[in-house]
Amino acid sequence: MKEFTEMSGVKLARLIAEHELDEVQVGTASAARSRAMDADLNCFISVYPQPIKGEGDSALRGVPVALKDNISVRGKPLTCASKILSGYTAPYDATVTVRLKQAGLQIIGSTNMDEFAFGSSTENSCYGPTANPWDTGRVPGGSSGGSAAAVAARLVPCALGSDTGGSIRQPAALCGVVGMKPTYGRVSRYGLVAFGSSLDQIGPFTTNFEDCAHLLNVLCGADPRDSTCASVAVPDFTAVLNSGVKGLTIGIPREYYADGLDSQVRAALEEVQEVFAAQGARCVPVSLPHTRYAVAAYYIIASSEASSNLQRFDGIRYGRRVPRDSLGEVYGYSRGSGFGAESKRRIFLGTYCLSSGYYDAYYIRALKVRTLIRRDFEQAFTQADVLLTPTTPAPAFLRGEKTGDPLQMYLSDVFTSSANLAGVPAVSFPCGYTREGLPVGAQLIGRAFDEETLIRAGNAYQQHTAFHARIPEKYGPESV
Amino acid sequence: MDNKDQAQHKVEQIARLARIEITEDERRSLGGQFAQILEYVDALKQVPVEGVPPMRGLHKNDAATREDRVVPSALPPEILRNAPARKDGMFKIPKVIE
Repeated sequence: MKEFTEMSGVKLARLIAEHELDEVQVGTASAARSRAMDADLNCFISVYPQPIKGEGDSALRGVPVALKDNISVRGKPLTCASKILSGYTAPYDATVTVRLKQAGLQIIGSTNMDEFAFGSSTENSCYGPTANPWDTGRVPGGSSGGSAAAVAARLVPCALGSDTGGSIRQPAALCGVVGMKPTYGRVSRYGLVAFGSSLDQIGPFTTNFEDCAHLLNVLCGADPRDSTCASVAVPDFTAVLNSGVKGLTIGIPREYYADGLDSQVRAALEEVQEVFAAQGARCVPVSLPHTRYAVAAYYIIASSEASSNLQRFDGIRYGRRVPRDSLGEVYGYSRGSGFGAESKRRIFLGTYCLSSGYYDAYYIRALKVRTLIRRDFEQAFTQADVLLTPTTPAPAFLRGEKTGDPLQMYLSDVFTSSANLAGVPAVSFPCGYTREGLPVGAQLIGRAFDEETLIRAGNAYQQHTAFHARIPEKYGPESV
Repeated sequence: MDNKDQAQHKVEQIARLARIEITEDERRSLGGQFAQILEYVDALKQVPVEGVPPMRGLHKNDAATREDRVVPSALPPEILRNAPARKDGMFKIPKVIE
């Protein structure tokens, strides 16, 4: 049998199409390997007894995929890693699930996450924390840490996550894989459990940009079931894979390279600039002056929206109910015992910011700052085609290192939340390793609906470097 | 009142608004963390925002509409299967009227 853990999704699909590999055996092997490795990693909430296979065809037909456990798969439990959803079975497929099936991918299971996507380390899960495949004493990032770790350990060639303030890109950086948050409105969110409705976006994790482009082809496009999903033409994202970066202007926002940036991260990013420059791109300094306010604005807006969205978890229609004599007590005790600590913190912050007397001072002010952050990007994109930044200020931190200090945890999103506030696409990709062997992530941020430039630049980078091909030692080549 | 007092004072009221029962321990820990988080987000008060409109909506044509046509939706039995208590094809809840 061919070794398959090192293969890209596209190559695996080609071997399946050429009958070199058997589709069913690939799915079974991926699931078996996931079950075996999960003892150390805990990146899955559930590996399905049988992969769910679609009948359709695409360049990724037969490729195993895993979904973050806030994306609905009909007939399967959907937990959001929360006790409050224990016993819930999704009665319908998310639109992205339908699209994966129509493209012939096989869904092998659901991945671990911070409860309701509240977190940056995948430690806030009622199913326990996920480990980073590069160092199992460290966090994989979050909130889509399970999906990032599963791809990094080559349990699946690709996975889906959701990104509200960095929840795809930050774990992609900490796990050394490619993770893209497409433009707000690019991918339907029907069937995704809502967190921050003006920020949430579903996106792919892959090991390389070619798979990323193919997966975007599968996922993107308007959906009558999601009115926020844009009716904008979807290009063939693979068409620009070999376009190169010659003539491209890459903006370097100075606020992302300020004091406090880890020296090894800084050095890795400087080398990325050199790789792009050597291929004919021009790097120019730009400024995003309101960057330092992004995390505060983000936490007010995201928590406000979350406090509203999570009102539906009340023990009445689904999930866990604590029986009490009055309806008010059913709500209070079901929510009080069902939500974890971080969920309560976010709901409390959001409830406070939306409450009478504080609405203007917090929520409306945050929306005004959001306008300023968006204007920063509009201004920067008059000078550059795409922006290059570190994805995170430092590599993966130790498990437990930040759990006692919510604010320090929130600051993990310092370089990622701006793209959500502005609604623009952004991608993280591996660009080096620290002396300790931990991956470093670089982030490209593009204009709205211009994922093509991200793919074009990212693939050009990967054609001239090999960081994306490195696999954590324990998870190297194995046979089907 | 500083942020910490304000937060301690507010936690109980917010818990009521949010319909979340909390324990005495949670009241204490949430109060402390809440004060710290509020202090951080208060940084926004330094930003001059006079004349800046609040950002609502991401793109020009978002909130698309579709043809107003009846389409089948999930069936009641499939939805009800997830209910913690049900009776006669409906969600069962405790008495609402005192």
